[in-house]
Amino acid sequence: MTNATLKQLSQQLAAGEVSSVELATHYLDRIEALNPQLNAFITVDRVRTLADAAAADAARVAGQAGLLTGVPMVHKDIFCQQGWKTSCGSKMLDNFISPYSAHVVEQCNAAGLVTLGRANMDEFAMGSSNENSFYGAVKNPWDLNAIPGGSSGGSAAAVAARLTPVATATDTGGSIRQPASHCGVTGIKPTYGVVSRYGMVAYASSLDQGGPIAQTAEDCALMLNVMAGFDERDSTSLERAREDYTRELNQPLAGLRVGLPREYFADGLDADVAKVIEDAVAELKKQGAQVVDISLPNTELSIPAYYVIAPAEASTNLSRFDGVRYGHRAADYKDLVDMYEKTRAEGFGAEVKRRILVGSYVLSHGYYDAYYLKAQKIRRLIANDFNAAFEQCDVILGPVAPTAAFNIGEKSGDPVQMYLSDIYTLSVNLAGLPGMSVPAGFDRRGRPVGLQIIGNYFGEAKMLNVAHQFQLATDWHTRAPAL
Amino acid sequence: MSLTHQDVARIAKLARINVSDEEIAAVGNQLNNIFGLIEKMQAVNTDGIEPMAHPQDVSLRLREDIVTQTNQREAFQAVAPQVEKGLFLVPKVIE
Repeated sequence: MTNATLKQLSQQLAAGEVSSVELATHYLDRIEALNPQLNAFITVDRVRTLADAAAADAARVAGQAGLLTGVPMVHKDIFCQQGWKTSCGSKMLDNFISPYSAHVVEQCNAAGLVTLGRANMDEFAMGSSNENSFYGAVKNPWDLNAIPGGSSGGSAAAVAARLTPVATATDTGGSIRQPASHCGVTGIKPTYGVVSRYGMVAYASSLDQGGPIAQTAEDCALMLNVMAGFDERDSTSLERAREDYTRELNQPLAGLRVGLPREYFADGLDADVAKVIEDAVAELKKQGAQVVDISLPNTELSIPAYYVIAPAEASTNLSRFDGVRYGHRAADYKDLVDMYEKTRAEGFGAEVKRRILVGSYVLSHGYYDAYYLKAQKIRRLIANDFNAAFEQCDVILGPVAPTAAFNIGEKSGDPVQMYLSDIYTLSVNLAGLPGMSVPAGFDRRGRPVGLQIIGNYFGEAKMLNVAHQFQLATDWHTRAPAL
Repeated sequence: MSLTHQDVARIAKLARINVSDEEIAAVGNQLNNIFGLIEKMQAVNTDGIEPMAHPQDVSLRLREDIVTQTNQREAFQAVAPQVEKGLFLVPKVIE
Protein backbone atom coordinates (compact mmCIF):
# COMPACT_ATOMS: atom_id res chain seq x y z
CA MET A 1 0.00 0.00 0.00
CA THR A 2 2.86 2.34 0.88
CA ASN A 3 4.17 2.74 -2.66
CA ALA A 4 0.78 2.59 -4.36
CA THR A 5 -0.07 5.35 -6.80
CA LEU A 6 -3.23 7.43 -6.73
CA LYS A 7 -4.56 5.36 -9.61
CA GLN A 8 -3.83 2.05 -7.89
CA LEU A 9 -5.45 3.23 -4.67
CA SER A 10 -8.56 4.31 -6.54
CA GLN A 11 -8.75 0.85 -8.16
CA GLN A 12 -8.27 -0.91 -4.82
CA LEU A 13 -11.04 1.18 -3.27
CA ALA A 14 -13.36 0.48 -6.20
CA ALA A 15 -12.66 -3.27 -5.95
CA GLY A 16 -13.41 -3.23 -2.23
CA GLU A 17 -9.89 -4.47 -1.40
CA VAL A 18 -9.37 -1.64 1.05
CA SER A 19 -11.52 1.01 2.73
CA SER A 20 -10.85 4.71 2.92
CA VAL A 21 -10.58 4.46 6.71
CA GLU A 22 -7.91 1.77 6.36
CA LEU A 23 -6.00 3.91 3.86
CA ALA A 24 -6.22 7.04 5.99
CA THR A 25 -5.08 5.08 9.06
CA HIS A 26 -2.11 3.67 7.15
CA TYR A 27 -0.92 7.09 6.00
CA LEU A 28 -1.63 8.80 9.35
CA ASP A 29 0.47 6.13 11.07
CA ARG A 30 3.31 6.70 8.58
CA ILE A 31 3.08 10.47 9.12
CA GLU A 32 3.18 9.97 12.89
CA ALA A 33 6.24 7.73 12.59
CA LEU A 34 8.25 9.64 9.97
CA ASN A 35 7.22 13.29 10.16
CA PRO A 36 9.31 14.04 13.27
CA GLN A 37 12.47 13.63 11.14
CA LEU A 38 11.06 15.30 7.99
CA ASN A 39 8.91 18.16 9.33
CA ALA A 40 6.81 18.00 6.15
CA PHE A 41 3.54 18.78 7.93
CA ILE A 42 2.29 21.83 9.79
CA THR A 43 -1.07 20.35 10.81
CA VAL A 44 -2.40 16.80 11.12
CA ASP A 45 -5.88 16.15 12.51
CA ARG A 46 -6.46 12.40 12.88
CA VAL A 47 -10.02 12.66 14.18
CA ARG A 48 -11.17 14.86 11.36
CA THR A 49 -9.37 12.84 8.67
CA LEU A 50 -10.87 9.57 9.91
CA ALA A 51 -14.34 11.13 9.99
CA ASP A 52 -13.91 12.30 6.38
CA ALA A 53 -12.65 8.83 5.40
CA ALA A 54 -15.66 7.19 7.07
CA ALA A 55 -17.95 9.54 5.15
CA ALA A 56 -16.18 8.54 1.91
CA ASP A 57 -16.70 4.87 2.73
CA ALA A 58 -20.37 5.56 3.41
CA ALA A 59 -20.70 7.36 0.08
CA ARG A 60 -19.23 4.31 -1.64
CA VAL A 61 -21.69 1.97 0.10
CA ALA A 62 -24.48 4.30 -1.03
CA GLY A 63 -23.27 4.00 -4.62
CA GLN A 64 -22.17 7.63 -4.80
CA ALA A 65 -18.42 7.11 -5.21
CA GLY A 66 -16.47 8.83 -7.96
CA LEU A 67 -13.08 7.87 -9.36
CA LEU A 68 -11.10 9.34 -6.44
CA THR A 69 -13.61 9.05 -3.59
CA GLY A 70 -11.83 8.04 -0.39
CA VAL A 71 -8.28 8.52 -1.70
CA PRO A 72 -6.12 10.38 0.82
CA MET A 73 -4.24 13.57 -0.09
CA VAL A 74 -2.41 16.54 1.42
CA HIS A 75 -2.92 20.27 0.87
CA LYS A 76 -0.10 22.79 0.83
CA ASP A 77 -0.74 25.15 3.75
CA ILE A 78 -1.37 27.99 1.28
CA PHE A 79 -4.84 26.77 0.25
CA CYS A 80 -7.54 28.01 2.62
CA GLN A 81 -9.48 25.05 4.00
CA GLN A 82 -12.54 25.65 6.14
CA GLY A 83 -11.96 24.66 9.75
CA TRP A 84 -8.24 23.91 9.24
CA LYS A 85 -5.39 26.15 10.29
CA THR A 86 -4.11 27.84 7.12
CA SER A 87 -0.79 29.36 8.18
CA CYS A 88 1.01 29.75 4.84
CA GLY A 89 4.15 28.90 6.80
CA SER A 90 3.97 32.22 8.66
CA LYS A 91 3.74 33.38 12.24
CA MET A 92 1.37 36.00 10.82
CA LEU A 93 -1.27 33.30 10.23
CA ASP A 94 -0.30 30.90 13.02
CA ASN A 95 -3.69 31.50 14.66
CA PHE A 96 -5.74 31.58 11.43
CA ILE A 97 -8.44 28.92 11.19
CA SER A 98 -9.85 29.50 7.72
CA PRO A 99 -13.57 30.36 7.64
CA TYR A 100 -13.81 29.28 3.97
CA SER A 101 -12.22 26.95 1.43
CA ALA A 102 -10.21 27.65 -1.70
CA HIS A 103 -11.70 26.64 -5.06
CA VAL A 104 -9.07 23.88 -5.33
CA VAL A 105 -10.04 22.53 -1.90
CA GLU A 106 -13.74 22.59 -2.81
CA GLN A 107 -12.97 20.67 -6.01
CA CYS A 108 -10.94 18.05 -4.10
CA ASN A 109 -13.70 17.71 -1.50
CA ALA A 110 -16.31 17.35 -4.21
CA ALA A 111 -14.22 14.58 -5.78
CA GLY A 112 -14.30 12.77 -2.42
CA LEU A 113 -10.58 13.08 -1.66
CA VAL A 114 -9.75 12.87 2.06
CA THR A 115 -7.34 15.42 3.58
CA LEU A 116 -4.55 13.84 5.67
CA GLY A 117 -3.01 17.15 6.70
CA ARG A 118 -1.44 20.42 5.69
CA ALA A 119 2.03 20.56 4.17
CA ASN A 120 4.88 22.75 5.39
CA MET A 121 6.18 25.42 3.00
CA ASP A 122 8.38 28.49 2.74
CA GLU A 123 6.62 31.44 4.39
CA PHE A 124 4.09 32.91 1.94
CA ALA A 125 5.67 30.68 -0.76
CA MET A 126 8.82 32.80 -0.81
CA GLY A 127 11.86 30.58 -0.99
CA SER A 128 13.67 27.83 -2.86
CA SER A 129 14.73 25.67 0.10
CA ASN A 130 11.89 25.51 2.62
CA GLU A 131 14.19 27.04 5.22
CA ASN A 132 11.92 30.10 5.40
CA SER A 133 9.05 28.40 7.23
CA PHE A 134 8.01 29.70 10.66
CA TYR A 135 7.61 25.99 11.53
CA GLY A 136 11.22 25.10 10.70
CA ALA A 137 12.95 23.65 7.67
CA VAL A 138 11.60 20.57 5.89
CA LYS A 139 14.20 17.80 5.41
CA ASN A 140 14.75 16.00 2.12
CA PRO A 141 13.66 12.35 2.57
CA TRP A 142 16.60 11.21 0.39
CA ASP A 143 19.15 12.91 2.63
CA LEU A 144 18.16 14.61 5.85
CA ASN A 145 21.05 17.09 5.46
CA ALA A 146 19.62 18.34 2.17
CA ILE A 147 16.90 20.85 1.48
CA PRO A 148 13.72 19.46 -0.15
CA GLY A 149 13.41 22.52 -2.39
CA GLY A 150 10.79 25.20 -2.09
CA SER A 151 8.42 26.63 -1.69
CA SER A 152 6.27 23.46 -1.88
CA GLY A 153 8.92 21.45 -0.01
CA GLY A 154 6.47 19.85 2.41
CA SER A 155 4.24 18.66 -0.44
CA ALA A 156 7.18 17.17 -2.37
CA ALA A 157 8.82 15.59 0.69
CA ALA A 158 5.50 14.05 1.80
CA VAL A 159 4.95 12.41 -1.61
CA ALA A 160 8.60 11.26 -1.80
CA ALA A 161 8.44 9.70 1.68
CA ARG A 162 5.13 8.03 0.73
CA LEU A 163 3.27 9.89 3.48
CA THR A 164 0.59 10.64 0.89
CA PRO A 165 -0.01 9.56 -2.70
CA VAL A 166 -0.58 13.15 -3.84
CA ALA A 167 -0.35 16.74 -2.63
CA THR A 168 -1.44 20.13 -3.89
CA ALA A 169 1.26 22.74 -4.43
CA THR A 170 1.77 26.17 -5.99
CA ASP A 171 4.38 27.57 -8.36
CA THR A 172 5.21 31.28 -8.68
CA GLY A 173 8.83 30.93 -9.81
CA GLY A 174 9.44 27.18 -9.69
CA SER A 175 7.83 26.16 -6.40
CA ILE A 176 6.23 22.97 -7.78
CA ARG A 177 8.95 21.90 -10.22
CA GLN A 178 12.06 22.54 -8.13
CA PRO A 179 10.98 20.64 -4.98
CA ALA A 180 9.55 17.85 -7.18
CA SER A 181 12.97 17.63 -8.86
CA HIS A 182 14.88 17.67 -5.56
CA CYS A 183 12.63 15.02 -3.98
CA GLY A 184 12.37 12.67 -6.98
CA VAL A 185 8.63 13.08 -7.57
CA THR A 186 6.46 14.33 -10.44
CA GLY A 187 4.85 17.78 -10.42
CA ILE A 188 3.11 20.01 -12.92
CA LYS A 189 2.46 23.74 -12.97
CA PRO A 190 -0.33 24.37 -15.49
CA THR A 191 -0.72 27.33 -17.84
CA TYR A 192 -1.45 30.52 -15.88
CA GLY A 193 -5.22 30.82 -15.46
CA VAL A 194 -6.06 27.09 -15.63
CA VAL A 195 -6.32 26.49 -11.85
CA SER A 196 -8.31 29.02 -9.82
CA ARG A 197 -6.38 31.18 -7.36
CA TYR A 198 -9.50 31.78 -5.23
CA GLY A 199 -8.60 31.02 -1.63
CA MET A 200 -4.93 30.46 -2.44
CA VAL A 201 -3.02 32.94 -0.29
CA ALA A 202 -1.64 35.44 -2.82
CA TYR A 203 2.08 36.00 -3.34
CA ALA A 204 2.58 37.38 -6.88
CA SER A 205 -0.81 37.28 -8.51
CA SER A 206 0.28 37.53 -12.15
CA LEU A 207 2.55 34.49 -11.67
CA ASP A 208 0.93 32.26 -8.98
CA GLN A 209 -0.51 28.97 -10.21
CA GLY A 210 -1.60 25.82 -8.37
CA GLY A 211 -0.92 22.26 -9.44
CA PRO A 212 -0.37 18.70 -8.14
CA ILE A 213 2.69 16.75 -7.00
CA ALA A 214 2.45 12.94 -7.17
CA GLN A 215 4.55 9.87 -7.98
CA THR A 216 3.56 9.65 -11.64
CA ALA A 217 2.50 11.78 -14.59
CA GLU A 218 -0.69 9.73 -14.81
CA ASP A 219 -1.57 10.65 -11.20
CA CYS A 220 -0.82 14.31 -11.94
CA ALA A 221 -3.22 14.13 -14.90
CA LEU A 222 -5.95 12.63 -12.70
CA MET A 223 -5.43 15.35 -10.08
CA LEU A 224 -5.36 18.13 -12.65
CA ASN A 225 -8.75 16.88 -13.86
CA VAL A 226 -9.99 17.66 -10.33
CA MET A 227 -8.11 20.93 -9.73
CA ALA A 228 -8.46 22.73 -13.10
CA GLY A 229 -11.48 24.59 -14.37
CA PHE A 230 -13.02 28.02 -14.74
CA ASP A 231 -13.96 29.83 -11.53
CA GLU A 232 -15.57 33.24 -11.76
CA ARG A 233 -14.24 34.18 -8.30
CA ASP A 234 -10.69 34.40 -9.71
CA SER A 235 -10.53 37.39 -12.05
CA THR A 236 -7.73 35.80 -14.11
CA SER A 237 -9.29 32.33 -14.33
CA LEU A 238 -9.65 31.43 -18.00
CA GLU A 239 -13.05 30.57 -19.45
CA ARG A 240 -12.27 27.33 -21.21
CA ALA A 241 -14.13 24.06 -21.68
CA ARG A 242 -13.12 21.34 -19.20
CA GLU A 243 -10.57 18.96 -20.62
CA ASP A 244 -9.44 15.43 -19.77
CA TYR A 245 -5.72 15.66 -19.06
CA THR A 246 -5.34 11.87 -19.36
CA ARG A 247 -6.52 11.83 -22.98
CA GLU A 248 -3.10 11.83 -24.64
CA LEU A 249 -1.16 9.74 -22.10
CA ASN A 250 -0.87 6.65 -24.28
CA GLN A 251 0.13 8.28 -27.55
CA PRO A 252 3.49 7.14 -28.94
CA LEU A 253 6.19 9.84 -29.14
CA ALA A 254 7.31 9.15 -32.73
CA GLY A 255 7.73 12.45 -34.55
CA LEU A 256 7.60 14.55 -31.35
CA ARG A 257 9.83 17.63 -31.75
CA VAL A 258 11.83 18.24 -28.58
CA GLY A 259 13.55 21.61 -28.20
CA LEU A 260 16.77 21.89 -26.18
CA PRO A 261 17.52 25.53 -25.29
CA ARG A 262 21.26 26.01 -25.47
CA GLU A 263 21.12 28.59 -22.64
CA TYR A 264 19.93 25.80 -20.28
CA PHE A 265 23.09 23.76 -20.87
CA ALA A 266 25.63 26.56 -20.52
CA ASP A 267 28.04 27.39 -17.68
CA GLY A 268 26.72 26.82 -14.21
CA LEU A 269 24.98 23.51 -14.89
CA ASP A 270 26.30 20.70 -12.69
CA ALA A 271 27.89 17.89 -14.74
CA ASP A 272 25.82 15.16 -13.05
CA VAL A 273 22.59 17.04 -13.75
CA ALA A 274 23.66 17.57 -17.37
CA LYS A 275 24.31 13.82 -17.73
CA VAL A 276 20.88 12.93 -16.30
CA ILE A 277 19.17 15.27 -18.78
CA GLU A 278 21.23 13.93 -21.71
CA ASP A 279 20.24 10.37 -20.80
CA ALA A 280 16.58 11.36 -20.55
CA VAL A 281 16.72 13.02 -23.96
CA ALA A 282 18.39 9.90 -25.36
CA GLU A 283 15.50 7.79 -24.02
CA LEU A 284 12.96 10.02 -25.75
CA LYS A 285 14.97 9.88 -28.98
CA LYS A 286 14.87 6.09 -28.73
CA GLN A 287 11.09 6.43 -28.71
CA GLY A 288 11.15 8.43 -31.93
CA ALA A 289 11.42 12.03 -30.74
CA GLN A 290 13.45 14.47 -32.85
CA VAL A 291 15.78 16.88 -31.10
CA VAL A 292 15.79 20.54 -32.18
CA ASP A 293 18.42 23.05 -31.10
CA ILE A 294 16.66 26.20 -29.89
CA SER A 295 17.60 29.46 -28.19
CA LEU A 296 15.94 31.39 -25.36
CA PRO A 297 18.32 34.36 -25.42
CA ASN A 298 16.74 36.34 -22.58
CA THR A 299 16.86 33.51 -20.02
CA GLU A 300 19.31 35.32 -17.72
CA LEU A 301 17.06 38.37 -17.57
CA SER A 302 14.33 36.26 -16.00
CA ILE A 303 16.08 36.60 -12.63
CA PRO A 304 16.06 40.42 -12.36
CA ALA A 305 12.62 40.66 -14.00
CA TYR A 306 11.15 38.09 -11.59
CA TYR A 307 12.79 39.65 -8.53
CA VAL A 308 11.10 42.96 -9.40
CA ILE A 309 7.65 41.71 -10.44
CA ALA A 310 7.21 39.13 -7.68
CA PRO A 311 8.28 41.40 -4.78
CA ALA A 312 6.23 44.30 -6.20
CA GLU A 313 3.09 42.19 -6.32
CA ALA A 314 3.93 40.63 -2.95
CA SER A 315 4.29 44.02 -1.29
CA THR A 316 0.81 44.89 -2.54
CA ASN A 317 -0.80 41.55 -1.69
CA LEU A 318 0.75 41.32 1.76
CA SER A 319 -0.43 44.81 2.74
CA ARG A 320 -3.61 42.98 3.84
CA PHE A 321 -1.76 41.66 6.89
CA ASP A 322 -2.36 44.66 9.09
CA GLY A 323 -3.38 43.07 12.38
CA VAL A 324 -6.99 44.22 12.03
CA ARG A 325 -9.14 41.55 10.38
CA TYR A 326 -7.18 38.33 10.89
CA GLY A 327 -3.79 37.00 11.87
CA HIS A 328 -1.20 38.23 14.29
CA ARG A 329 -1.43 41.56 16.13
CA ALA A 330 1.40 42.99 18.26
CA ALA A 331 0.68 43.10 21.98
CA ASP A 332 1.83 46.67 22.71
CA TYR A 333 1.58 49.75 20.51
CA LYS A 334 1.08 53.45 20.93
CA ASP A 335 -1.09 54.23 17.87
CA LEU A 336 -2.42 52.76 14.62
CA VAL A 337 0.80 53.13 12.58
CA ASP A 338 2.86 51.72 15.43
CA MET A 339 0.44 48.78 15.59
CA TYR A 340 0.90 48.11 11.85
CA GLU A 341 4.68 48.40 11.98
CA LYS A 342 5.15 46.19 15.04
CA THR A 343 2.57 43.63 13.90
CA ARG A 344 4.29 43.23 10.53
CA ALA A 345 7.82 43.27 12.00
CA GLU A 346 6.83 40.45 14.39
CA GLY A 347 4.59 38.47 12.05
CA PHE A 348 6.79 38.26 8.95
CA GLY A 349 10.09 36.39 8.64
CA ALA A 350 13.30 37.84 7.18
CA GLU A 351 12.85 36.78 3.53
CA VAL A 352 9.24 37.97 3.39
CA LYS A 353 10.27 41.33 4.83
CA ARG A 354 13.09 41.63 2.28
CA ARG A 355 10.72 41.03 -0.62
CA ILE A 356 8.13 43.46 0.74
CA LEU A 357 10.85 46.11 1.12
CA VAL A 358 12.13 45.52 -2.43
CA GLY A 359 8.57 45.67 -3.73
CA SER A 360 7.73 48.81 -1.77
CA TYR A 361 10.79 50.52 -3.20
CA VAL A 362 10.26 49.59 -6.85
CA LEU A 363 6.63 50.71 -6.67
CA SER A 364 7.39 53.94 -4.82
CA HIS A 365 6.91 57.35 -6.38
CA GLY A 366 9.30 58.00 -9.25
CA TYR A 367 10.61 54.44 -9.60
CA TYR A 368 7.68 52.59 -11.19
CA ASP A 369 8.82 53.03 -14.80
CA ALA A 370 12.46 52.18 -14.08
CA TYR A 371 11.62 48.92 -12.33
CA TYR A 372 8.12 47.45 -12.59
CA LEU A 373 7.37 48.67 -16.11
CA LYS A 374 10.89 47.78 -17.27
CA ALA A 375 10.48 44.27 -15.82
CA GLN A 376 7.12 43.87 -17.55
CA LYS A 377 8.77 44.76 -20.87
CA ILE A 378 11.47 42.17 -20.28
CA ARG A 379 8.71 39.75 -19.43
CA ARG A 380 7.34 40.32 -22.94
CA LEU A 381 10.80 39.64 -24.45
CA ILE A 382 10.97 36.35 -22.53
CA ALA A 383 7.47 35.32 -23.70
CA ASN A 384 8.45 36.23 -27.28
CA ASP A 385 11.48 33.92 -27.01
CA PHE A 386 9.21 31.02 -26.09
CA ASN A 387 6.72 31.84 -28.86
CA ALA A 388 9.55 31.73 -31.41
CA ALA A 389 10.89 28.48 -29.94
CA PHE A 390 7.48 26.77 -30.11
CA GLU A 391 7.39 27.42 -33.87
CA GLN A 392 10.14 24.79 -34.08
CA CYS A 393 9.23 22.27 -31.37
CA ASP A 394 6.31 20.72 -29.45
CA VAL A 395 7.90 20.65 -25.99
CA ILE A 396 11.08 22.09 -24.48
CA LEU A 397 13.30 19.95 -22.26
CA GLY A 398 15.99 20.95 -19.80
CA PRO A 399 17.10 20.84 -16.19
CA VAL A 400 14.89 22.18 -13.39
CA ALA A 401 17.77 23.53 -11.31
CA PRO A 402 21.54 23.90 -11.83
CA THR A 403 22.32 21.29 -9.16
CA ALA A 404 20.57 18.60 -7.17
CA ALA A 405 19.42 19.63 -3.67
CA PHE A 406 22.00 21.64 -1.76
CA ASN A 407 22.63 21.30 1.97
CA ILE A 408 20.46 22.91 4.60
CA GLY A 409 22.16 26.16 5.60
CA GLU A 410 24.37 26.27 2.49
CA LYS A 411 22.68 29.30 0.89
CA SER A 412 20.38 30.60 3.61
CA GLY A 413 22.72 33.48 4.49
CA ASP A 414 22.93 34.78 0.92
CA PRO A 415 19.59 35.60 -0.72
CA VAL A 416 21.19 36.46 -4.08
CA GLN A 417 22.85 33.01 -4.36
CA MET A 418 19.46 31.45 -3.59
CA TYR A 419 17.77 33.57 -6.28
CA LEU A 420 20.34 32.57 -8.92
CA SER A 421 19.42 28.89 -8.48
CA ASP A 422 15.95 29.67 -9.91
CA ILE A 423 17.40 30.35 -13.39
CA TYR A 424 15.64 27.52 -15.28
CA THR A 425 12.19 27.89 -13.74
CA LEU A 426 11.42 31.63 -13.49
CA SER A 427 10.98 32.33 -17.20
CA VAL A 428 8.16 29.76 -17.46
CA ASN A 429 6.14 31.70 -14.87
CA LEU A 430 6.93 35.04 -16.48
CA ALA A 431 5.65 33.72 -19.82
CA GLY A 432 2.68 32.00 -18.10
CA LEU A 433 3.53 28.64 -19.69
CA PRO A 434 2.98 25.17 -18.21
CA GLY A 435 6.02 23.34 -16.85
CA MET A 436 6.65 20.06 -15.09
CA SER A 437 9.38 18.04 -13.41
CA VAL A 438 9.80 14.30 -13.89
CA PRO A 439 12.26 12.09 -11.94
CA ALA A 440 15.14 11.25 -14.29
CA GLY A 441 18.10 10.11 -12.19
CA PHE A 442 20.43 10.92 -9.30
CA ASP A 443 23.63 12.89 -8.80
CA ARG A 444 26.90 11.52 -7.35
CA ARG A 445 25.59 11.95 -3.82
CA GLY A 446 22.40 10.01 -4.54
CA ARG A 447 20.18 13.10 -4.61
CA PRO A 448 17.35 13.06 -7.17
CA VAL A 449 17.44 15.06 -10.41
CA GLY A 450 14.33 16.02 -12.35
CA LEU A 451 13.81 16.58 -16.06
CA GLN A 452 11.91 19.76 -16.82
CA ILE A 453 9.29 19.62 -19.58
CA ILE A 454 7.98 23.00 -20.73
CA GLY A 455 4.88 23.04 -22.92
CA ASN A 456 3.19 25.62 -25.06
CA TYR A 457 0.11 27.39 -23.66
CA PHE A 458 -2.52 24.74 -22.74
CA GLY A 459 -0.05 22.00 -23.69
CA GLU A 460 -0.52 20.11 -20.39
CA ALA A 461 -1.95 16.95 -22.01
CA LYS A 462 1.02 16.76 -24.40
CA MET A 463 3.55 17.27 -21.57
CA LEU A 464 1.84 14.61 -19.46
CA ASN A 465 1.96 12.33 -22.51
CA VAL A 466 5.73 12.82 -22.83
CA ALA A 467 6.22 12.28 -19.10
CA HIS A 468 4.02 9.17 -19.03
CA GLN A 469 5.80 7.57 -21.99
CA PHE A 470 9.12 8.35 -20.31
CA GLN A 471 7.87 6.73 -17.09
CA LEU A 472 6.68 3.62 -18.94
CA ALA A 473 10.29 3.12 -20.11
CA THR A 474 12.14 4.14 -16.92
CA ASP A 475 11.77 3.40 -13.20
CA TRP A 476 13.17 6.59 -11.62
CA HIS A 477 9.67 7.60 -10.46
CA THR A 478 9.25 4.27 -8.62
CA ARG A 479 12.37 4.75 -6.48
CA ALA A 480 11.61 5.65 -2.89
CA PRO A 481 14.00 6.84 -0.18
CA ALA A 482 14.95 4.47 2.65
CA LEU A 483 13.46 5.91 5.83
CA MET B 1 22.73 52.45 -7.07
CA SER B 2 23.30 52.18 -3.35
CA LEU B 3 20.62 52.60 -0.71
CA THR B 4 21.59 54.65 2.33
CA HIS B 5 20.31 53.99 5.84
CA GLN B 6 17.87 56.86 5.34
CA ASP B 7 16.58 55.19 2.16
CA VAL B 8 16.07 51.91 4.01
CA ALA B 9 14.24 53.71 6.82
CA ARG B 10 11.98 55.42 4.28
CA ILE B 11 11.20 52.14 2.47
CA ALA B 12 10.48 50.43 5.80
CA LYS B 13 8.10 53.27 6.65
CA LEU B 14 6.33 52.85 3.28
CA ALA B 15 6.08 49.10 3.89
CA ARG B 16 4.83 49.60 7.47
CA ILE B 17 7.48 47.27 8.81
CA ASN B 18 9.45 48.32 11.85
CA VAL B 19 13.19 47.95 11.13
CA SER B 20 15.25 48.67 14.24
CA ASP B 21 18.47 50.72 14.24
CA GLU B 22 20.40 47.51 14.94
CA GLU B 23 18.92 45.78 11.88
CA ILE B 24 19.18 48.63 9.41
CA ALA B 25 22.78 48.08 8.27
CA ALA B 26 22.29 44.37 7.58
CA VAL B 27 18.96 44.92 5.82
CA GLY B 28 20.52 47.71 3.74
CA ASN B 29 23.39 45.43 2.66
CA GLN B 30 21.03 42.68 1.59
CA LEU B 31 18.81 45.09 -0.33
CA ASN B 32 21.85 46.55 -2.09
CA ASN B 33 22.96 43.05 -3.11
CA ILE B 34 19.50 42.31 -4.47
CA PHE B 35 19.40 45.60 -6.38
CA GLY B 36 22.84 44.75 -7.77
CA LEU B 37 21.13 41.79 -9.42
CA ILE B 38 18.07 43.77 -10.49
CA GLU B 39 20.03 46.60 -12.07
CA LYS B 40 21.20 44.20 -14.83
CA MET B 41 17.81 44.91 -16.41
CA GLN B 42 18.73 48.49 -17.12
CA ALA B 43 21.30 47.54 -19.77
CA VAL B 44 18.60 46.00 -21.99
CA ASN B 45 17.01 48.06 -24.74
CA THR B 46 13.23 47.75 -24.38
CA ASP B 47 12.21 50.66 -26.61
CA GLY B 48 8.88 49.98 -28.26
CA ILE B 49 8.23 46.80 -26.24
CA GLU B 50 4.70 46.55 -24.86
CA PRO B 51 4.72 45.73 -21.09
CA MET B 52 3.19 42.32 -20.30
CA ALA B 53 0.83 42.17 -17.32
CA HIS B 54 -0.98 38.91 -18.05
CA PRO B 55 0.26 35.94 -20.09
CA GLN B 56 -2.87 35.76 -22.24
CA ASP B 57 -3.33 39.54 -22.31
CA VAL B 58 -6.98 39.06 -21.39
CA SER B 59 -8.94 41.94 -19.94
CA LEU B 60 -10.69 41.60 -16.61
CA ARG B 61 -14.21 40.22 -16.71
CA LEU B 62 -17.11 42.24 -15.41
CA ARG B 63 -19.88 40.55 -13.46
CA GLU B 64 -23.53 41.36 -13.02
CA ASP B 65 -24.14 43.83 -10.19
CA ILE B 66 -26.05 41.35 -8.03
CA VAL B 67 -25.61 39.99 -4.50
CA THR B 68 -23.65 36.71 -4.55
CA GLN B 69 -22.36 36.44 -0.99
CA THR B 70 -24.34 35.90 2.15
CA ASN B 71 -23.46 37.72 5.37
CA GLN B 72 -20.82 35.74 7.28
CA ARG B 73 -19.75 38.41 9.72
CA GLU B 74 -19.59 36.08 12.73
CA ALA B 75 -17.45 33.51 10.91
CA PHE B 76 -15.05 36.16 9.65
CA GLN B 77 -14.85 38.05 12.93
CA ALA B 78 -14.13 34.83 14.83
CA VAL B 79 -10.56 35.05 13.49
CA ALA B 80 -10.09 38.79 14.10
CA PRO B 81 -7.62 40.02 16.74
CA GLN B 82 -10.12 42.38 18.43
CA VAL B 83 -13.83 42.88 17.82
CA GLU B 84 -16.71 44.42 19.73
CA LYS B 85 -20.39 44.47 18.86
CA GLY B 86 -19.67 43.27 15.32
CA LEU B 87 -16.98 45.89 14.70
CA PHE B 88 -13.23 45.45 14.16
CA LEU B 89 -11.34 47.43 16.81
CA VAL B 90 -8.24 49.50 16.01
CA PRO B 91 -6.31 52.05 18.08
CA LYS B 92 -7.95 55.46 18.25
CA VAL B 93 -7.28 57.43 15.04
CA ILE B 94 -9.51 60.52 15.55
CA GLU B 95 -9.17 62.67 18.67
